[in-house]
Amino acid sequence: MGLLIPQASDSIQELSVEELRAKVGTGMEIVDPEEHMLLSMGPQHPSTHGVLRVLVELDGETVVNLAPDIGFLHTGIEKNMENKRFVKALVMTDRMDYLTPATNNLVYAMAVEKLMGLEIPERAQTIRVIVSELSRIASHLVWLGTSALDLAAMSVFLYCFREREIILDIFEMIAGQRMMISYFRPGGLWRDVPEEFVPAVRKFLEIMPAKLADYEALLGQNPIFLARTKDVGVISHDDAIAWGVSGPSMRGSGVDWDNRRDQPYCGYETYDFEVPLEKEGDVWARYNVRMREMRESLRIIRQGLDRLKPGPVNIANYKVVPPPRADLGTSMEAVIHHFKVWTEGYHAGPGYVYQVIESPRGEMACYLRGDGGNKPARVHFRTPSFVNLASLPLMGKGAYIADLVAMIGSIDVVLGEIDR
Amino acid sequence: MTRDDMVVDKLRAALPEAIEEVSDFQGERTIFIRKDKIVDACRLLRDDPDLRYNYLSDIVADDLLPEYPRFAVSYHLLSMPNKHRIRLRVQVEDPDEGPETVAAVWPVATWLETEVWDLMGVRCVGNKGLRRLFMPEDWQGHPLRKDYPLGYEEVQFSFNWQEIDARKPRAKQ
Repeated sequence: MGLLIPQASDSIQELSVEELRAKVGTGMEIVDPEEHMLLSMGPQHPSTHGVLRVLVELDGETVVNLAPDIGFLHTGIEKNMENKRFVKALVMTDRMDYLTPATNNLVYAMAVEKLMGLEIPERAQTIRVIVSELSRIASHLVWLGTSALDLAAMSVFLYCFREREIILDIFEMIAGQRMMISYFRPGGLWRDVPEEFVPAVRKFLEIMPAKLADYEALLGQNPIFLARTKDVGVISHDDAIAWGVSGPSMRGSGVDWDNRRDQPYCGYETYDFEVPLEKEGDVWARYNVRMREMRESLRIIRQGLDRLKPGPVNIANYKVVPPPRADLGTSMEAVIHHFKVWTEGYHAGPGYVYQVIESPRGEMACYLRGDGGNKPARVHFRTPSFVNLASLPLMGKGAYIADLVAMIGSIDVVLGEIDR
Repeated sequence: MTRDDMVVDKLRAALPEAIEEVSDFQGERTIFIRKDKIVDACRLLRDDPDLRYNYLSDIVADDLLPEYPRFAVSYHLLSMPNKHRIRLRVQVEDPDEGPETVAAVWPVATWLETEVWDLMGVRCVGNKGLRRLFMPEDWQGHPLRKDYPLGYEEVQFSFNWQEIDARKPRAKQ
């Protein structure tokens, strides 16, 4: 994170290139400090989707060079998690990618389960899939709304948030919270879904396809939207792999990889769904991939609801999950377990694992090391937005500055996740 | 032969000195690579037609205090054609002389190694782009190290700004 602090005495023209570089703090190569204009886009800019600062070197309207500057939202989540017990550290994961907390919970919970070698009951797996896919749709709706808003399509934003509201209501129903749900816990779920859950999701499944058609009607044939997105921000197939781009941004460049299909977890291999793929690698391709992904998510949710059978949602190991509340009145052991789980927690390790899932933004991974204590010794998140942002200079060089806005929107960055 | 063993065999054949140790935990294979061989190992894993670990998923630095060597840097690789993941791990004694940068193999490493340096202070040798990514420009220390305390900052208001400023640890510098 760097701050551009202008002193009264210096103007940019008086500085040498080295001084200038030191001053702007992004290490960006400045091609021509004499002729070109340096523009600081953000951190308080409506189209940067959070507090992202992009330092742009401009020749007229053309971007010569650019560098993202991050860290304005750094909250030390990884450090904080090392100082909390395993289950308490979970709530911090919601706050990283605040648009899709469910997948963040999932990757951490699965990492803890892998570290301890726990097997999760089938009902919990199915609910995890359903809630993750709902979360994916909610996240894509925010992306669609905000990135269309960046291109001055105001009404789509309002429609998207209207539908997202239904999903947030479902989250409130199952977890008590609309956004920071902390619903997936190591060992299963916080608790089973209420009776109203299945009818509510079915109702959502009924109305959503028509709404998706509405969005596509608003944007898909809109000549302004097409002109702003086609052939803009192209990233090639090989570049996408070399620069670690992941998720819909990668699939928009023709890289056929989806962790849900290719390295399945939570029983994704038993669901029937397709992985949308586009070849062009431009903003339009990424738009198409995400739009089609939402339909596939609806398919997965429908299959999940069909196979939802009654059963336990937590493992029966009361050293890890608290025993059922009803047992506390009759069983001394249950009281002891309850007390131990909430005061001391459980111990894991020694060892380290790397758990990968497919978050709405791409490859989300958690590196977790336990040292045999009741706190994680090291947690690290491979957050897709952070790595995807590295490819922004690649896309942006040579483009118009107005298109930069479309590109930032299309790689769907969430700054909470980038800065952690 | 499993794919894990195949990687080890290929590495042993091509770079006999490179492997220090091989370990398995919860179905994940970790190959400890000698620090000076990491770029060669990465390039081999990427280019070998049977392995093709074409995607660098993440670089993670870990502080193992009080163990020795204290630091470890893990490279999580993914082979998309073979749908397989593997971890290379390098042990680092002196954080200022970390492993050589693998930016020549995967350009995204420049970005990931910057985070490694900023938060853990392990300097990947040869990476020109190292800078403060998350922390402020003038920050001292590397917060994810184990000897770095979990601190907090007193909230300053206009009426007690001077008073709190005077006892801030970095105010005098």
